[in-house]
Amino acid sequence: MSTPRLKRKIPGTVIFDGDQARIGYNLNKMCFSFNSAECREAFQRDEEAYMSKYQLNDAQKQAIRNRNVLELIAAGGHPYYLAKFAGIFKLDMQDIGAQQTGMTKEAFKAKLIAAGQ
Amino acid sequence: MAQIIGSVSTSHVPAIGGAIARNLQQDPYWKPFFDGYPAAREWLKGARPDVVVIIHNDHGLNFFLDKMPTFSVGTAAVYQTADEGWGIPALAPAPGNPELSWHLVEQLVADEFDITTCQEALIDHAISLPLALLWPEHQARGEWPVEVVPVCINTVQAPYPSAARCWRLGQSIGRAIQSWDSDKRVLVIGSGGLSHQLDGERAGFLNKDFDLQFMDSLVNDPQWVTQYTNDELVELTGTQGIELLMWVAARGALDGAGSITKKHSNYHIPISNTATGLLVLEAA
Repeated sequence: MSTPRLKRKIPGTVIFDGDQARIGYNLNKMCFSFNSAECREAFQRDEEAYMSKYQLNDAQKQAIRNRNVLELIAAGGHPYYLAKFAGIFKLDMQDIGAQQTGMTKEAFKAKLIAAGQ
Repeated sequence: MAQIIGSVSTSHVPAIGGAIARNLQQDPYWKPFFDGYPAAREWLKGARPDVVVIIHNDHGLNFFLDKMPTFSVGTAAVYQTADEGWGIPALAPAPGNPELSWHLVEQLVADEFDITTCQEALIDHAISLPLALLWPEHQARGEWPVEVVPVCINTVQAPYPSAARCWRLGQSIGRAIQSWDSDKRVLVIGSGGLSHQLDGERAGFLNKDFDLQFMDSLVNDPQWVTQYTNDELVELTGTQGIELLMWVAARGALDGAGSITKKHSNYHIPISNTATGLLVLEAA
């Protein structure tokens, strides 16, 4: 059941609310663990075992395997926790922005610069 | 009684920590950002703060979704930093001022702000980076010249408190500081913003016109932004642009001052995916 709050539709945007917090809890909990270097290493040693330990559902596991940020958000991921996952692969915010917008990294960076003109 | 000397509001993009670690302040990408800070430091030299009440949001270091307070106040004697998971170096721990913290707790709850208290709290880049930008020489020595009292506002999980509510929280913080029986000089820092969105197909959204209007409003018409709901603010400023709530609360803390003077501001797009702002207000 959805919360009664009237949700504003903002194109290309998922507001992380109670509904997202509920479906994404285990995924975000796994990503929160990546604050620890030991946990990042444990994930990299055996991703499948690590995901099972945190009881990720199939959609979350597939999104992690695909390294796909939009799929991770759809599966309840929060950008602050997902950033810790992305950090394992040394991806920066322009890499992530480019992936989500379907742009090259150079085009995404140019778009940011253009917004300042 | 303690004196509120003014406020500094600033962005806190994690990449700034990487740039400081690699000494990129003069690099062409970074220079327009870092060049904003010497004037703020010059003002601070004259303003001589002893304690900083720093209004910030956590990014998944101190709080997880298991417990997510809307407002919290740190009451620790020292605040540790830690690995945030994406490779920026952890800076020095920050000394606290438990006396002011507990005074704030007493006054805020008496004022019907039912905050969470934290006798232990990890501080992330939202606290370390403003300190590093304002006191780089101390940062290089691994120390800070001020004590901090962190006040955290939830912008991780909606619903967030409204801009109007954050304004009133700030007013209450200001009254609490002014009623603190101390000769300390207190600076308020608002750490966050301005427009940015990291997630979704709309990633990279920035809104220069809104940011500049918002910064301008804080000087003489600081409740302007309270006309907007948080969903409207997310639409106008991006999913993380909502961090502007820290600026609203910081400005609210100055509301009881006799006069407010804008001493300095800077605005630069982009740092990482963020529109960065800096605003220095003097209270007298």
